[in-house]
Amino acid sequence: MNESRTVVSDTHVALQHTLHRDDFSLHVDVTIPAKGVTGLFGASGSGKTTLLRCIAGLENRNASGSQPVHKRGIGYVFQEPQLFPHLDVHGNIRFGSKRNGSPQLDEQRVVKMLGLANLLHRKPTELSGGEAQRVAIAAVLLRSPQLILMDEPLASLDQRRKDELLPYLDRLHDELSVPVVYVSHNIDEVSRLCDHLLLIDDGKIIASGGLHEVLARLDIPILYGRNAGTVILATPERYDSDFNLTRFRFSGGELQVPGEYDARSPNLRLRIAASDVSLCLARPQKTTILNILPAEVDDVQPTGPSTDLVRLAIGDDFLLAQVTRLSVTRLDLKKGDPVFAQVKSVTVRR
Amino acid sequence: MDSPIFGPLWLSAQLAGVTMVLLIILGTPLAWWLSQTESRWKPAAQAVVAMPIVLPPTVLGFYLLILLGPQGAIGSWWVQLTGSTLTFSFTGLVIASCIYSLPFAVQPLQNAFESLSQQTLEFAWTQGASKVDAFFTVAVPLSLRGFVTAAVLSFAHTLGEFGVVLMVGGNIPGETRVISIAIYDQVEMLNYSSAHQMSLMLIVFAFCVLLAMYLVNRRWSRL
Repeated sequence: MNESRTVVSDTHVALQHTLHRDDFSLHVDVTIPAKGVTGLFGASGSGKTTLLRCIAGLENRNASGSQPVHKRGIGYVFQEPQLFPHLDVHGNIRFGSKRNGSPQLDEQRVVKMLGLANLLHRKPTELSGGEAQRVAIAAVLLRSPQLILMDEPLASLDQRRKDELLPYLDRLHDELSVPVVYVSHNIDEVSRLCDHLLLIDDGKIIASGGLHEVLARLDIPILYGRNAGTVILATPERYDSDFNLTRFRFSGGELQVPGEYDARSPNLRLRIAASDVSLCLARPQKTTILNILPAEVDDVQPTGPSTDLVRLAIGDDFLLAQVTRLSVTRLDLKKGDPVFAQVKSVTVRR
Repeated sequence: MDSPIFGPLWLSAQLAGVTMVLLIILGTPLAWWLSQTESRWKPAAQAVVAMPIVLPPTVLGFYLLILLGPQGAIGSWWVQLTGSTLTFSFTGLVIASCIYSLPFAVQPLQNAFESLSQQTLEFAWTQGASKVDAFFTVAVPLSLRGFVTAAVLSFAHTLGEFGVVLMVGGNIPGETRVISIAIYDQVEMLNYSSAHQMSLMLIVFAFCVLLAMYLVNRRWSRL
C-alpha cells in the first residue's frame, strides 16, 4: 500500500512514505527535528531524490494521505534551478509569496541575505548557475514553507560557483528556523551544512541521528573509505602569524590548523578524515606531523579486505583512523588501549 | 459587402476567424491533455486528430453532410433545437471547418506544451500554484509561439478549404459562398479576369499572413 504523509509539528517532522515500483521500492518512516538542516546522504540510486519528490508530492500522488502539491507548504530547490524564464528575478521571487499570504520573512531581508539586490530586474537567462540557484532559494524562502527540500543544489555548479554559493547556505543555516532536508552524496558538503543525518540505502533509512553521532558509527558501509571521518567542534584560540597557523581548542585538546581564524567565532566545524589519522603506541618524536593527540581505542571494525576502521575516544569527541589490518594485528589494538593519534590534515568546514 | 469579389472574401475571413477562435478554445485543453497524458489511448487520440490531414476533403465532407443533414444525428437535433438546418448554412460551415482544421491548431499547441520543462511546472506547483493556476501563469506564457502558430495555421487553412465547404455548404451567396468557391464559380463561367483578381488577392494575403507568423516566431526565438 503506497503511503505519503509528512507532518510538521513544533518539534518534529514526521516522514512516512511508502512507494512500490517494479524495479524499486521506498519505505521510509522516520522523524527528524523541526529545526536545522537534516542531510539525506546515500549513494546514487539509493532513493534520495525519490524520497524528496514523495515528500513534496511530486511522486506517489495517489498514495493514501497524499495532498495536492500546492497545498503542502513544502518548498523545493531543484538540482538545476527551475526559474520561470518569462519572469524577471523579482517576478520569480514574488510568484510564491503572492500565492501564500504574507511571507514570514521580509523580502528585503531575503534579497539582502542572498545578495540579489543588483539582480532583481534580470531575466533568468542572464544569470550564472550560482546566481540562478540563489534566486530559486530566495523564491522558496518567501513562499513561507513549513519545510524546505534541497536536492543537491550545488551539484550542477562548478567548483568556483560552489565556493561562491556555500557561504550563502551557511547563512541560511545560521539565520533560519525552517527545517531543511538537504540531499547530497558529498560527505564534505554534509559535514559543513548539516546538523542531523539520514542515511538512505535501497529505499530505506539505515541510520538517523545527530551529525557527529552518525559519522562516528562503524557499522555503516557507505561511511567507509573516503566517506569515513568525523566532525568535531573547536574554537580558534591563537593565531601564529610567523607560520600562519591557528591553534584550536576542542574537548580532547588542541589542534594546529593552517590559516587565520577569528577567535570570536566559537564552535567551528573541523572535519578529520579517517585516512588522515594514523596511530602510534608511543608518542612519536621528531615527526613533521603537528597534531599528536593522546586517545583511547573505542572500537575496531573491519571495513575492507585489508583495512580496519578504528574509533578513538578523545575528550567528548571521536576520531576515526583508517589503518591496515596488519597494523592492527601487529600493535594488537583493542578497546581501551591508550594510543597516540597523528592527525595529518584538518579541514575547517566553517 | 455583396460585391462578387469582396462578399466571398469577407465571408471567408469571418469563417476563418470564428474557426480560429473556436479551435484555440477547444484545441488548447485537448493539446494539453495530449502533451501530459500517459494514457494508452494517446496514440489513438493523436491519430484521430491528425486524420483530416490525410483524408480527402470529399470523404470528410461526405460524412459531415450525412451527420449534419436534417436526418443526421447532429443535424436532426439541431433542427429540433433551432428550426433550421445545419447543412448549407454558415454554422454548418463553422463546424465542418473546425474538424477540418483541428490538427493545424492542436499539433503546434501540443508541440509547444511538450517542449515545456516538466520541472518548471513542478517548481510552480511547489511554489503554491494549483495545476490550473500554473497552466495559465506558466505554461501559457511560455507557449505563446505555439499559440501564434496554431492561430495563424488554423485561420489560413480554413481560408484555403474547398472540398469540405462545397459538400457541406454548397454555394449560397452571403451564407456559404466563400472565396475558394467563388473562384471556382468564376472559372466555370470562363470569367477569368475576376478569377485572377480573387486568386491574386488570396496569394498575396496568404503570403503576408505566413510571413508575419515566421517573422514573429523568429523574433521570439531570439529572446
